[in-house]
Amino acid sequence: MTYVEYKQLNPFQRFAHNFKNFIVNIPRALGKFFRALGKTIVKFFTGIGKGFKNYGVTFVKGDWATKLSYLIFGVGDLSKGKYYKGILYFLAEVLYILYMIFFGWGYLKDFGTLGTVETRKVLHPGNIIPKTEYGDNSMLILLYSVLTIVITIFVFAIYISNIKDAYRHQIMRANGEKPTSLKTDAKQFLDGKYHVTLLSFPVLMIGIFNILPLIFMILIAFTNYDKTHLPPGTLFTWVGLDNFYSLFDVVNSGRKATTFIELTKWTLIWAVLATFTNYILGMIVALMINKKGIKFKALWRTLFVITIAVPQFVSLLVMNQMLQANGAINVLLSHIVGHHVGFQWLNTTGLIAKTVVIVINCWVGIPYTILSMSGILMNIPEDLYESARIDGASPFKTFTAITLPYMIFVTTPQLITQFVGNINNFNVIYLLTGGGPTTPDFYQAGQTDILVTWLFNLTMSSQDYGLAAAIGILVFIVCATISLIVYNNSKSMKDEEAFS
Amino acid sequence: MIKSYKIRRHISNALIYIILIVMGVIWVSPFVYLLMHSFRGEGLISVDWLIPKQWTLQNYIDLFTGKGGQAAINFPRWFLNTFVVACFSCVISTISVLAVSYTFSRLRFKARKKFMNVGMILGMFPGFMTMIAIYYLLKAMGLTQNLIALVICYSCGAGLGFQISKGFFDTIPRALDEAATIDGATKNQIFWKIILPMSKPIVVYTVLTSFIGPWTDFILAKIIMGDSRENYTVAIGLRLMLENDFINTYYKQFLAGSVVVAVPITLLFLKMQKYYVEGVTAGGVKG
Repeated sequence: MTYVEYKQLNPFQRFAHNFKNFIVNIPRALGKFFRALGKTIVKFFTGIGKGFKNYGVTFVKGDWATKLSYLIFGVGDLSKGKYYKGILYFLAEVLYILYMIFFGWGYLKDFGTLGTVETRKVLHPGNIIPKTEYGDNSMLILLYSVLTIVITIFVFAIYISNIKDAYRHQIMRANGEKPTSLKTDAKQFLDGKYHVTLLSFPVLMIGIFNILPLIFMILIAFTNYDKTHLPPGTLFTWVGLDNFYSLFDVVNSGRKATTFIELTKWTLIWAVLATFTNYILGMIVALMINKKGIKFKALWRTLFVITIAVPQFVSLLVMNQMLQANGAINVLLSHIVGHHVGFQWLNTTGLIAKTVVIVINCWVGIPYTILSMSGILMNIPEDLYESARIDGASPFKTFTAITLPYMIFVTTPQLITQFVGNINNFNVIYLLTGGGPTTPDFYQAGQTDILVTWLFNLTMSSQDYGLAAAIGILVFIVCATISLIVYNNSKSMKDEEAFS
Repeated sequence: MIKSYKIRRHISNALIYIILIVMGVIWVSPFVYLLMHSFRGEGLISVDWLIPKQWTLQNYIDLFTGKGGQAAINFPRWFLNTFVVACFSCVISTISVLAVSYTFSRLRFKARKKFMNVGMILGMFPGFMTMIAIYYLLKAMGLTQNLIALVICYSCGAGLGFQISKGFFDTIPRALDEAATIDGATKNQIFWKIILPMSKPIVVYTVLTSFIGPWTDFILAKIIMGDSRENYTVAIGLRLMLENDFINTYYKQFLAGSVVVAVPITLLFLKMQKYYVEGVTAGGVKG
């Protein structure tokens, strides 16, 4: 079908056409995906194979010092006169061995069981008060095992680089070159290798405080770490997928599974409603502000920006107070209707509280939409409108044919990012309702709780760490998938210049 | 025909003005309410009228002199905590952000693309998950409930937010770098002597964002601090004033405290917004 033919179809036919194309293309897309996956795997293994080959070849070709470097780090460098580097390599090996002997191995050997010796109270003969003898601490075993594994991988990388360096210096010696001095090498870190200098600190921080915790949390999801298995008093151990089963198994785990299913439903409803109400209403207001002939545009925009500027916890806590039984909203209503109103906005039924939360979220979120939309609206090329006017298009037609498609085209990635943001919108729920109204049907959650606030309660008040981590992983997977799709699309968006 | 079109336009504009005014009132009134009642003299929690009858500065004075009789509430201490945390995390975050964005913008090395992709994907993951994960880590290390942990948490992931300043650095002409390199400057000198002085708007933007962060964050501070009240920041401290044990004595101080935090942060935010716009548009002209 050519482009012209496509343009002549009516919207329903177009939809049918696109739908058919989508279905027809699924096998091809899947094939493409698996081919790419296969290629990556093959590349990975050939990479490893190549590594092994080089490892062997270097050993065969190496002189005595290079060969010795396979056992003792830095010998190759030392024998060729590159003293400081050789000493650093050697120190790395010594430190690693000392670390493993005195610290790492003691934890790593218990990684499979997470500890076997319970903490108990022992009454020694001659004493009156029993003395606590501390056993294994599962938490520390898990943490330090992960740390040890990471360090081992790192040291392995140093080991490989040590061998490569030794061989490089051997060849340099054969060619009659001299190794570079410490001073020239140090200077390199301010020029040719400046990226190492600049990146090492941020990468270290992100590695320790972003990536390591994530690995740690993922592992906790497979343990029974909760208030009855709390180190250092008691041990916890691996339980496989039990935490995940208990989230889906309504028959056996009762309230936990019901809570999970109900809260998932509400989280999705909340995310969809919160995203779309903000998007549509925000767009309407932005259009009104940017309409030709409306004065004081800057004033209107500033009014809304103030809501963004004030810290969110302040505005939400004030809102929470205004919605109390004797808060400002009820006072205002009393003045209007003429008698006392004491309505519990956030604490009567789940449905009312949920509606109020969504309405208040509009108050919180619309300014963000206005801010981003205003910029986009001002960027729509004026000549598009001009040619439409010359062709005799009505204002309504201009809106549906130019403004709306343009806006939707530009803001789709942002819309999806907002959707993910709303799934994780902790502040609005926690500060506004605190999860309430409470209900006995849910395990550690109220009726307006979304998954992340439930996760927060499970971690902070009921100490169901394993369960919380499992929920975290599920939310994480959903959000990561959506984010990755957006990321890929926005990259292709850059190339696709439909509106420029 | 033309006349009726004009009238129709006038009517629609008038309608829009009315809607905008109503919305403006709705959007601003909670803050007006907050500001007015922070000066209220009478009543404890709420009163049956919207405009206070007695105006006083007493709430602000009580807030900073610690009147109210509860040892748990210590606003000056919380204010100081937040200020210290904000300063430290501001310095660390700014350095990481600028270092990372300069590296990705100007330096070329083998793993650059890989690092950037990993950084982008990590940056897109919801912050909440990372927070809970960090909580586990700090708990195992025995580092929770102290201000250092808070500084670490606020500044550790900062390097991931490199996109905006990288975008700015990208727009500074490369010819400048090349000229400097020919004159014998190292990459280090180019960074400090050429790129940074030219990037004032974006540096100020980065400093302000990372300084504002600790003042507005609620959840991370709550996760880290738990019930260690003397280490609270203003956000969780003000929330504490609303708990059942304290609300009767502290409600008006809560309003005053909210104003004390909100006004400077709002002004800084508006300033930051200005630098942000300046940085982005200036970049556009140069590119």
